[in-house]
Amino acid sequence: MTARLVENAAGRIVPEEVNGKTAVPFQGVGKFRPEGRKAAPPLVSCADYPIDGNKVVDDLETALRAAGLKDGMTVSTHHHFRNGDLVGNAVFEAAARIGVKDLMWFPSASFPCHAPQIAHLDSGLIHHIEGSMNGPLGDYCTAGKMRGLGVLRSHGGRYQAVQDGDVHIDIAVIAAPTADPFGNANGLTGPSACGLLGFALADSQYADKVIVVTDNLVPFPCHPWQIQGNNVDHVVVMDKIGEPEKIVSGTTQLTKSPDRLLIAEMTARFVRDTGIMRDGFSFQAGAGGTALAFAIYLKEMMKDAGIRARFVRGGSTQHLVQMLEEGLTDYILDGQTFDLEGVRSMRENPTHVDTSPFTSYNYHGKGNFASMVDAVVLGATEVDVNFNANVVTHSDGRLLHGIGGWQNCLFSKCTILPIPSFRDRIPVIVDRVTTLCGPGELVDVVITERGIAINPRRTDLIDAARGAGLPLKRIEELKAEVERICGGTPQTPTLGEKVVAVVRWVDGTVLDSIRQVLE
Amino acid sequence: MNPTATAGRKGPGVRSDCWVQVEARDSGGLEIRLQSKVASMYGDSIRRTAEETLGGLGIEHAAVDLVDSGAVPFVIMARIETAVRRAGLCEGPGVLPEMDPCCTYGTTRERFRRSRLYLPGNESKFMLSAGLHQPDGIILDLEDSVAPAEKDAARLLVRNALRQVDFHGAERMVRINQLPLGLEDLEAVAASNVHVILIPKCESKKQVKAVDQRCRELLDAAGTPDDEIFLMPIIESARGAIKAYKIAKASPRVIALAVGLEDYTADIGTLRTLEGRESFWARSQVVNAARAAGVSPIDTVFSDVADMEGLRESVLEARALGFDGKGCIHPRQIRVIHEAMAPAEQELARAKKIVVAFNRAEAEGLGVVSLGSKMIDPPVVKRALRTVRLAVAGGQLAEDWLEAEAESSSGGAGK
Repeated sequence: MTARLVENAAGRIVPEEVNGKTAVPFQGVGKFRPEGRKAAPPLVSCADYPIDGNKVVDDLETALRAAGLKDGMTVSTHHHFRNGDLVGNAVFEAAARIGVKDLMWFPSASFPCHAPQIAHLDSGLIHHIEGSMNGPLGDYCTAGKMRGLGVLRSHGGRYQAVQDGDVHIDIAVIAAPTADPFGNANGLTGPSACGLLGFALADSQYADKVIVVTDNLVPFPCHPWQIQGNNVDHVVVMDKIGEPEKIVSGTTQLTKSPDRLLIAEMTARFVRDTGIMRDGFSFQAGAGGTALAFAIYLKEMMKDAGIRARFVRGGSTQHLVQMLEEGLTDYILDGQTFDLEGVRSMRENPTHVDTSPFTSYNYHGKGNFASMVDAVVLGATEVDVNFNANVVTHSDGRLLHGIGGWQNCLFSKCTILPIPSFRDRIPVIVDRVTTLCGPGELVDVVITERGIAINPRRTDLIDAARGAGLPLKRIEELKAEVERICGGTPQTPTLGEKVVAVVRWVDGTVLDSIRQVLE
Repeated sequence: MNPTATAGRKGPGVRSDCWVQVEARDSGGLEIRLQSKVASMYGDSIRRTAEETLGGLGIEHAAVDLVDSGAVPFVIMARIETAVRRAGLCEGPGVLPEMDPCCTYGTTRERFRRSRLYLPGNESKFMLSAGLHQPDGIILDLEDSVAPAEKDAARLLVRNALRQVDFHGAERMVRINQLPLGLEDLEAVAASNVHVILIPKCESKKQVKAVDQRCRELLDAAGTPDDEIFLMPIIESARGAIKAYKIAKASPRVIALAVGLEDYTADIGTLRTLEGRESFWARSQVVNAARAAGVSPIDTVFSDVADMEGLRESVLEARALGFDGKGCIHPRQIRVIHEAMAPAEQELARAKKIVVAFNRAEAEGLGVVSLGSKMIDPPVVKRALRTVRLAVAGGQLAEDWLEAEAESSSGGAGK
């Protein structure tokens, strides 16, 4: 019962059916128009909820039973603690005790800390995962061991999928650093404070049942109520829901590599010297080490030139917080706090504003913030000569990273990918990306340690950069230089026939498929 | 038991290197067992490199285990050759990677040597991008950064790097070991367009002459007798400091005299301090010896890579003492050195005026350069010319600053 494969508008071969549902192949950027109405949760009556507002139940297992957990249901959790999340695993341990099977896990992202879920995939408790898979789960998926297809969505794409009814969440479990018995919740305070709960917004609005789990229960009202108790069915108190110190993990560490620092500095120079850096501008830098270093360099350049930004988009870090507190930006519009300074600032600074994938990224809304940002700095595992980019798989086909907000950010006025031109003999500039995550028409600039390649579509940027004396090269030249160093054009790795996961575009269409990696 | 040997490194922390074990056999051809994290992309290429290298070394029958952590071809070649030599299976000239066109540029006696970046000679991962950080010189080090048991391996890796790695215009330097071991190092690298040989712990002109003569012999043998290899002796002992002038004058190919303070302070029985009072005499001695011999005095390295302010001060002090350059061990130090070596604004403004006056005097056939009512002595002119060149090298002045100057003084800019 393998789904039929077709070629989509990007020339990629994708299935027409994903996990039993019809899927629309990618039609081109901005081409697909959905019809109909948004999804909606069931009607309820407050007559069925405790009149004293106390929705606290004994434990997670009780809450899941009360929420009617059954075979085949979709259960969601969130990654506000990144690699320090304790709730994702706890939910499925409780589900295992209840004895259900074939659940779909719908996390906003998974991390290496979720490796214990592999046992639940093996046992049949979890049928498959739809959500970014980082590390061991990605390996499990590309090894072809998962029963259903992995589905990778951007943060905005996840909101879109829930809002449009592409994914129906039966039970959402939201880990909340502070909550009241009514279910109002936020991430700002409490021993496990993580900042904001934006990734859980769609779940709280559209899931049939919503469970809030906290380790810091306060009397009503818990305010600000980032999650509104009016959407919540049950509240559970746990000893500890997350390890906020592990938020800073993996990708969120500043690089020490001299080559990466060189790339970061060149990126900051590009933003400054092409005139993007001017009073009232805006930028966003991702969580990778190079992007963090970029923000530090740019901060110094803004200071030297006396420039003030109107807003900076988070993932916030201590460096963005310093910018805000030193008056180098009017606002931080934050989707996710990447360190504890970010958490503190969001709590203390009224101009450090929490945003959600709805406000920032949702493609099926009446606009979003992504296209208003002057420059965005993102990572990539590969870029090809047509500026198509990959952010989820390595060149050997292994699935190792999530999409995050990456696809959504591509709509910025200037999308910059600062990347090394090769990693340990593996060229990053290639003929054709292993997995297409971002169409080349949206990628404007590739900055490597060996020079800057600007998308030929952006003649304005080429003129500005040339005038500023920046080291420009054609992307084909960069590729040739890298292949000379690495010892020729690499062989194309042989991947299996079996499709193990798909990459959705921001509008829900299928952009590419990920194939099984053969041992 | 068949002759067997290993070379290179493997393990979780290893990057851009490989580990090789070669076991000679009497028959059965070559059996290559490859384990590589880039096997799906470069497996065929790695096997080809291995077969060609072994073939070139005259090995027809062997079992070869190759554990690769993303090594580029010239590294794989060096590791295989090292293992083969260690097993006693080859004594010939070895298998040299072809000389890439990016490795054939030359150098000049007069070029700036503000910064020279030390790279450990047995560590390939730092070599590939070192030139991108734009040091004036790159030193592939065979001496202190290489463990005694790895000298043979480093020598071949450095030789191959000189033939394959683009150092982007940086002067190509090798620090050999102390003599006599250093003479063996020369054999490996002399014919691979090495620009400067650094002679460590140099204590006599005899040592310089020995290196000089060996270089000549090796260049003659390679059929490139017209090639030039410059020498930079390093003064690192009391005896060396005393003999500094003779060392600097020992050969016309000496272009600079460097000082190394870790060994020097140990030699005179004291500790190296940040303040450096203990080494003031030696540093000044090296400056004076070098200047007297007409070569460039070069200061020691600054080894705290986290302390950029300390580095800046140390470079300013070196400049004030008369040094032309500073050693560094991390790419992030290069920019700081170049900035601190750059002429101060006032100094540059005056130098520009003098150069303009000098050019005018030349054009008008005058023997004397004057600025206003003041006559400028030749050494002052010489220093001004150097200051301006330094400013151009550091990006402080445009190449064509003279034309721009002429235009603005003739009112052309107002048109």
